[in-house]
Amino acid sequence: MTNWDRFLDSFFNARVAAEYLPKIIEGFWLTILLAACIILAGVAAGLALAVLRSLGIRVLNWAIIFVVDLFRALPPLVIIALLYFGLPAAGLSLSGFAAAWLALSLVLMAFTEEIFWAGITAVPKGQWEAARSTGLGFLDTFTLVVLPQAVRMVIPPLTNRTIAITKGTALASVVAVQEILGAAQAGVSFSFNPTPLTLGAVAYLVLFLPVVILGRWVETRFAWKR
Amino acid sequence: MSFDDFLQAFFSLEILQQAWPILWAGLLNTLLLSVVVVPLGFLGGLILALLGTVHSRWVRWPLIAWVDLFRSLPPLVLLVFVYAGLPFAGLEVTALTAVAIGFFLNTGAYYGEILRAGIESVPRGQVEAARCTGLTAAQAMAHVVLPQAVRNVLPDLISNTLEVVKLTSIASVVALPELLFQARQAQSVTYNATPIMAAAVIYFILLWPVVRLLSRLENRQMAGRR
Repeated sequence: MTNWDRFLDSFFNARVAAEYLPKIIEGFWLTILLAACIILAGVAAGLALAVLRSLGIRVLNWAIIFVVDLFRALPPLVIIALLYFGLPAAGLSLSGFAAAWLALSLVLMAFTEEIFWAGITAVPKGQWEAARSTGLGFLDTFTLVVLPQAVRMVIPPLTNRTIAITKGTALASVVAVQEILGAAQAGVSFSFNPTPLTLGAVAYLVLFLPVVILGRWVETRFAWKR
Repeated sequence: MSFDDFLQAFFSLEILQQAWPILWAGLLNTLLLSVVVVPLGFLGGLILALLGTVHSRWVRWPLIAWVDLFRSLPPLVLLVFVYAGLPFAGLEVTALTAVAIGFFLNTGAYYGEILRAGIESVPRGQVEAARCTGLTAAQAMAHVVLPQAVRNVLPDLISNTLEVVKLTSIASVVALPELLFQARQAQSVTYNATPIMAAAVIYFILLWPVVRLLSRLENRQMAGRR
């Protein structure tokens, strides 16, 4: 067997691939499920915090800023470890899926709040004043005038950040979730062959390559002329 | 569960005292690791960005493919692939080497995209003027374009560096004894969540100033985009 054959036999072994492909596909759907849950919860919570912050209640704003800073400063894997390995000490056991979901949702929440807040504050004060002077209330001004302008500004950074945090779903493999990476690693240790890892890498490419390319497009599509 | 039990489980001074030497060693390794992987990733990005200035499709398309490939693979997947996969190709790698390779590929792609955007933000006239004064293309790049490019994308560079330092925590997965790994070790020996909590606090103290700085820079950047 030449080196090349040995390489192919290791990384592109058809027999091993056929055996572990179903597991990887299961992992693929689990990754998508986890990512969807994170995006829903994280973006919703982040937007809610940004709206709360625009009310301008000082004590509340300090609390929001602290929470946002906290989850921007902590590595996601540390938060996952704290929730998964730490919480049982408080008599609260989370499943690996729940721990990964909660941790990454909190991180996405923090970044989303920060991005939306920057967008809201970037809308000129005159927009507020003009809208209020036409008789719109605070809520109408905010939802009909300010937020639409803010959203347009925040779409590129928000898309990129969401993609980055969604890739963090791979961290769930550390707390025994059988998503793509978890399934692939299990496959490697059962078969003593790295082909499942190759499959896993391909699965991630299938999932994220279109998203990354979409992100590129969004960036140019929504770019503000400077 | 009483409040005292909670304190005992997460904020035990006694446990902290026992675990401190282990955590300290981990902190030093995290710092050391950051000092290695940040310049490495930056160097990778610089190479990619400079290659991006070559106007040939034979350079441009492979470059985009390379960058998108390594932006699509979650860093942990890349790391596991390098660490668990390469031995099957007859290449034994240490945890540190695997981390260095993984970060070079992954964070290099991100730094590359940022620096490319920076270089593109410098008006063409700058290069033309520099060449007119007799500077070579390389000199114009090094002394005229790059300094301005770096300044234009400084917030993104700092933000990415923060993410890279946070990301060093995934080295714990390949048993590199950085802060999170050490905290997990201490936690599993003491059956107490204090070490992980302590690690989280250390990360926060270390990175909070950077988050504050970024938050200011980003707000200013968004306001400038109007």
